[in-house]
Amino acid sequence: MSEAISVLAGANTEGFCRVSELGLHGMITVRGDLSNADLAKALCAVAGVDALPEVRKMVGGLEGGIAWMSPDELMVFVPYAQVVDKVDELNSTLAGSHFLAVNVSDARAVFGIDGAGAREVIAKVAPVDMSPEAFTTGDLRRTRIAQVAAAFWMAGDDSFRLICFRSVGDYAFKLLSVSAAKGGEVGYF
Amino acid sequence: MSTRLSKAGRLVDTSKSVAFTFNGKKMQGHAGDTLASALLANDQMMVGRSFKYHRPRGIVASGAEEPNALVNLGSGNTFEPNQRTTTTELFDGLSATSQNHWPSLDFDIGAVNGLFANYLTAGFYYKMFIHPRPLWKYVYEPFIRQSAGLGKAPKDTDGDRYEHFYAYVDVAVIGGGVAGLQAALAAGEAGAKVLLMEQTAHFGGRAPVDGGTIDGIEAETWIAGALARLDEMPNVTVRRRMMGAGVYDHGYLLGYERVKDHAPELDAPRHRLWRIRAKQIVTATGAIERPISFAGNDIPGVMLASAVRDYAVNYGVAVGQKTVVVTNNDDGYRTALKLKELGVDVPAIIDAREDGAGALADAARKAGIRVEPGKAIAKVKGGKRVEGVELCRMQGNGGAVIETIKCDAVAMSGGWSPVVHLWSHCGGKLVWDEVESHFKPDPDRAPTNQDGKPFVITAGSASGPLGLGEVLADADAAGKKAAEAAGFTAASTPAPNGDARDEKPMQPVWMMPSDAVYNLRMKMWLDYQNDVKVSDVQLAAREGYESVEHTKRYTTLGMATDQGKLSNINGLAILADTLGAEIPQVGTTTFRPPYTPISMGSIGGEARGDTFQPIRHTPIQQWHIDNGAYMEPVGHWRRPYTFPRGSETYEQAVNREITNTRTNVGLLDASTLGKIIVKGPDAAKFLDLMYTNMMSTLKPGKCRYGLMCNENGFLMDDGVVARLDEETFLVHTTSGGAAHTHAHMEEWLQTEWWDMKVYTADVTEQYAQIAIVGPKARKVLEQLGGMDLSKDALKFMEWTQGKLGGFDARIFRISFSGELSYEIAVPASQGRAFWDALMEAGEEHGVMPYGTECLHVMRAEKGFIMIGDETDGTVIPQDLGLNWAISKKKEDFIGKRGQQRTFLASEDRWQLVGLETVDGSVLPDGAYAVVHGHNENGQRTMIGRVTSTYYSPTLGRGIAMGLVKHGPERMGELVEFAKTDGSTVMAKIVDPVWYDKEGEKQNV
Repeated sequence: MSEAISVLAGANTEGFCRVSELGLHGMITVRGDLSNADLAKALCAVAGVDALPEVRKMVGGLEGGIAWMSPDELMVFVPYAQVVDKVDELNSTLAGSHFLAVNVSDARAVFGIDGAGAREVIAKVAPVDMSPEAFTTGDLRRTRIAQVAAAFWMAGDDSFRLICFRSVGDYAFKLLSVSAAKGGEVGYF
Repeated sequence: MSTRLSKAGRLVDTSKSVAFTFNGKKMQGHAGDTLASALLANDQMMVGRSFKYHRPRGIVASGAEEPNALVNLGSGNTFEPNQRTTTTELFDGLSATSQNHWPSLDFDIGAVNGLFANYLTAGFYYKMFIHPRPLWKYVYEPFIRQSAGLGKAPKDTDGDRYEHFYAYVDVAVIGGGVAGLQAALAAGEAGAKVLLMEQTAHFGGRAPVDGGTIDGIEAETWIAGALARLDEMPNVTVRRRMMGAGVYDHGYLLGYERVKDHAPELDAPRHRLWRIRAKQIVTATGAIERPISFAGNDIPGVMLASAVRDYAVNYGVAVGQKTVVVTNNDDGYRTALKLKELGVDVPAIIDAREDGAGALADAARKAGIRVEPGKAIAKVKGGKRVEGVELCRMQGNGGAVIETIKCDAVAMSGGWSPVVHLWSHCGGKLVWDEVESHFKPDPDRAPTNQDGKPFVITAGSASGPLGLGEVLADADAAGKKAAEAAGFTAASTPAPNGDARDEKPMQPVWMMPSDAVYNLRMKMWLDYQNDVKVSDVQLAAREGYESVEHTKRYTTLGMATDQGKLSNINGLAILADTLGAEIPQVGTTTFRPPYTPISMGSIGGEARGDTFQPIRHTPIQQWHIDNGAYMEPVGHWRRPYTFPRGSETYEQAVNREITNTRTNVGLLDASTLGKIIVKGPDAAKFLDLMYTNMMSTLKPGKCRYGLMCNENGFLMDDGVVARLDEETFLVHTTSGGAAHTHAHMEEWLQTEWWDMKVYTADVTEQYAQIAIVGPKARKVLEQLGGMDLSKDALKFMEWTQGKLGGFDARIFRISFSGELSYEIAVPASQGRAFWDALMEAGEEHGVMPYGTECLHVMRAEKGFIMIGDETDGTVIPQDLGLNWAISKKKEDFIGKRGQQRTFLASEDRWQLVGLETVDGSVLPDGAYAVVHGHNENGQRTMIGRVTSTYYSPTLGRGIAMGLVKHGPERMGELVEFAKTDGSTVMAKIVDPVWYDKEGEKQNV
């Protein structure tokens, strides 16, 4: 197999905080009855986490984690090299039950926003309360950034991860970069 | 003349001088000046000309309410018209030019309009330019357009950047005067998350100028203390240079922050538009002083009394050497006293009230100022500058002038009106206050939230009270009330103690003198910018305009860039008087956001340049760009239209691509094609409802073309469906229809067929999809190797998957061109490498990439329809001869009942045919087939139209598809098509399948 290349091949910019494209990550869109214990067990096993995320939460991280997407949809994160096997694993474990697991790793761009003021970079483009009282580690929103759909979560202090569609990866990168440009510090949070 | 005083203003730093230019003339100001105060310090009283009569205009106010002093600011990529000098902070190198004059501010040709003022009264344009009708388009409109508008439009792209910012707070306080400070303190102490914004660079509002004590200390000292306390509260944010621009439903508030207008050298966004959600909004927006309508009140040098005071105290500028004060209330006396204190001569205070003022009058007399109660200004003398005022009795017609008082400035005070704009934006109602003669917010009719409860509270003068003590008490209560409404418990600390108001009641003066004659009334300006006078409003009333909204539009009162901040109340009082109605019955016009104009840049935010609009890129996009593709927009994608080589025209390139694909092999980037996974036990049943044809009978491993209609029966999308396994389908949609089709499916699943066991997922971007098309397509793929793609191993309309040349490939043998053709999907991250591999493997077979136009021509040669060409939302599959794709066996599908309606079932509908011009030329796109006669609209009778039209290099002639009435029954007949140049062209109706009707070529 030829080498797989992510949308921006790891581009990054340094403003008042750092915006970087984080390369390829395994992502599986799962739709199903999230209250089903068998589904939860299988998903946790695949992602290596203890429990499914609560509403608007992320458990784990890019190398193994699950993000809440909607009342019947999750995004499962696994290492990119394992994603095909992991989808097969889910399909065989849950064979016979009604659910959907589909590999969307290549349909996404993944970004990191890191550094002091990272909250402000997102608050400039997403209609979300990014204040420390309202948004802490593990919190996630599936929303929009300016004109495109996106989901993001707080991975740690001053550190956010964001996913959007691959086709608009270039737009998202430029958007986040201009929002992080020096001189644009708001000093609000 | 206006000059700098010896005592420095409280806001300026006289040790720092700042250089700027006005109309090219070099001037000096101080750090801390506004452009207005600096102009006045340089004796530049006249700063522009009015809109209609080009009358000289001077600075009238000292803040956001200024109607006159608007300038063009900056040059090149920082040029911006209509900038208010009173809210523009001076910076080094500022360059301003005055507006609405020609050839110069001092000498203006347009001022000749003033000589015809008798004819240019209210409604002049409506009356004059309505007849004769034909003159409107060629004479009147160009003339009016040329003279319309203040300022110039910028020529260059804005050189600055802008941004938005989302914030969520419990209590937003608008206005940083003493009321706003106290409201923020009260809400902050209760524990609420507070955002306090002040539109200027300074807190405290009017209090430091007007004086008085709070809790026994000077107002200015109290303000500094309040700011320090707010600063210590972690739950309170204080922003200056940020205006509350608009209040909207559900506590949505726009804050307009001018980040670097005062310091253009900063590398920062120029403006930041805050998009705030607040549980409660406190408007501590203060009050605005009203002008008085006396003849000549628009002559430069006539100013609001409060503004004269502001310039003296804040900036150390005396607007005149001899300043007459004219007032109908006690507050005007403060200006006289302050000027006197600073050594400026005040020849007289003219008080319209017979019994004059209270304690302040005594103070004025003690200071040696002449006070004239019961008097009025009959007329201001002067042209470009005040030279004196004629004194008369207030009660009378102004005919008997008592004396002429020499002066070079007039400070007028007609009373104060609360700034109710933000209260009113979202539906807050007003009541008329008989004592102060102003409209004030009615707390019982506040703007309400989704729960029916009020979400806007006014504080301080914005509520109505004008005394310092009353203002602070009201503001403290407002802050506490807001915190409580947001779910906090307010502290029981008492409100600060401010001086109580000790003044005599004001007396409304809507016209001065009371019964002024017409030639005085037509010199009494209400709206300075738009030249609306007392006489104009009176005329409108006499002509039957009873509604204040109609009068506004008829006279243009309050329609200028200041939106009537000064003229509103005076204008409607005149209207009420003329109509013989009470002012509250006449009411106000509607207050709409923004409070003052905000920049277009701030509204757009970051959406400009590279981030103006998201452009979708396929994984192979860069190759297209690098290889000179000519792009066309397809939805938000940019797809190669063609790949011209050397000096080829686009047309030549397209023809080459077609011929090469039909003789050798071509590559198309089809990644934009929509791809949706539909999975579940009920997936087949669901797709039978989504498509007009049967999908449940499709076997795994097979593909089928399908049509999708909306519930009205109109064709919406088409594409190839592949069955992946028993309960999983992969649905292909058009490039532009992917998101919509997915949403359409989800809507039916979530709202109508929620009991169906089906899940969908949009996987459009998971794959790069490439079409390999042409007689040599198989040879190219065999060269890559790894999979058996022989005629029998993968038959037409089948799919398979495996490793093709090392790539994870899913191969569909489908054809949109009539040639041997494969569409191959690989993971997007392998897309570019796969494209490169195909180009390399195809080199010896003559491979060439082709674009969307080649795709279009080839499908037209085969008679295939294109969604968006043959369809436009009014076309059903039956119109396109696609009856074969509409299942007769199925009980139902979306659109079935719609298609049974009489109009859609009619045999007279225009139907799809092929068209060939007799002369071989290409028909114009969209051309109509015409016959003799005219329809009810006076147009030629039409019996059809062209939907697709191309030059076919394969056939060497123009070919077209079109919808023609009874078309399929008229094969071989000639139809006439109208061209845009007025001529017509004859075309023969033919079968729309020109190329390989038997389908042998795609089946090899």
